[in-house]
Amino acid sequence: MALSDEEIFEKIQEVLEEALGVDEDEVTPEATIGGDLGAESIDYLDISFRLEKAFDIKIGESEMFDQSVLSEEGVVEDGVVTDEGLAKLKEKMPHAEWSAFEADPQVDKLGDVFTVEMIRRFVKAKTA
Amino acid sequence: MRWLWLDRILELDKAKRCIAIRNVTAAEDVLHDHFAASTKAGGFHGGPTGCAPGTEHPAYPVMPNSLIIEGFAQTAGILVGHANDFKEKVILAKIGKAEFTGVPATPGTTIRHTAEITNLTDSGASTTGTVELLDPADPSAAPKALATIDMMFSHIDQNMQGIEFPEENFVFTDQFMDLLARSGVK
Repeated sequence: MALSDEEIFEKIQEVLEEALGVDEDEVTPEATIGGDLGAESIDYLDISFRLEKAFDIKIGESEMFDQSVLSEEGVVEDGVVTDEGLAKLKEKMPHAEWSAFEADPQVDKLGDVFTVEMIRRFVKAKTA
Repeated sequence: MRWLWLDRILELDKAKRCIAIRNVTAAEDVLHDHFAASTKAGGFHGGPTGCAPGTEHPAYPVMPNSLIIEGFAQTAGILVGHANDFKEKVILAKIGKAEFTGVPATPGTTIRHTAEITNLTDSGASTTGTVELLDPADPSAAPKALATIDMMFSHIDQNMQGIEFPEENFVFTDQFMDLLARSGVK
């Protein structure tokens, strides 16, 4: 039986508490993984491993947080993600919420897209 | 790993498990300070009572927990490195958990590290394991639990975009390869 949204969220909360040493009340749907919860690069791999275990799924390298397109030509110009870049990011990460980023696509704000809610949507799609 | 903090590898099962030991000896400098006898009042190290006249605390040599973690990191690091035939530069990236039981690792005992890989990908690995204490005075006794540790390693050539590292594998130096060779690991 598929897990409910609430069950998925609670498990993600546990994963993030363990991986990042944060408190339960800090793990809100809107919280950003890097900015609000303080994840560093290795933590993304840790989170990915823990999600695989918690939900019995396989997560490919950078499947959840894929920023590799940023180094492709024509994706970033003067620190701003181009329309072409945005399209590529959306394609790679359909589980993210892009509307806020689209309004102000500064490349250094891309981290704000990586929220707890994004992980929930990603896991939901994976477990569906 | 620029320095060797293990004595011998007992078992190395590729990409699965590594067991290594480290003997604790009163001859090592670090134990002389950790902890030295003191004339200061107040119990600061929890060691045995009763000491020479004029001192408040006798010397209490015990392996620091931080260096027990180092021993585990080298055990797990060798396991992760060996999994890819030492082609990757394996760097300790995160200590997810290190819980100690409080059992003191005193001179004349042996620390045994057992590390297992829980995940291994192109960019890194996670490991978990236990640290136990063996007492040669009572070889048939069950080992005492010292710690449980979770640790992550990064394959740095795969992760640090734009940063170039030397071609040579500076993590697994000759002294580590010698350790493997004399432990009979192929």
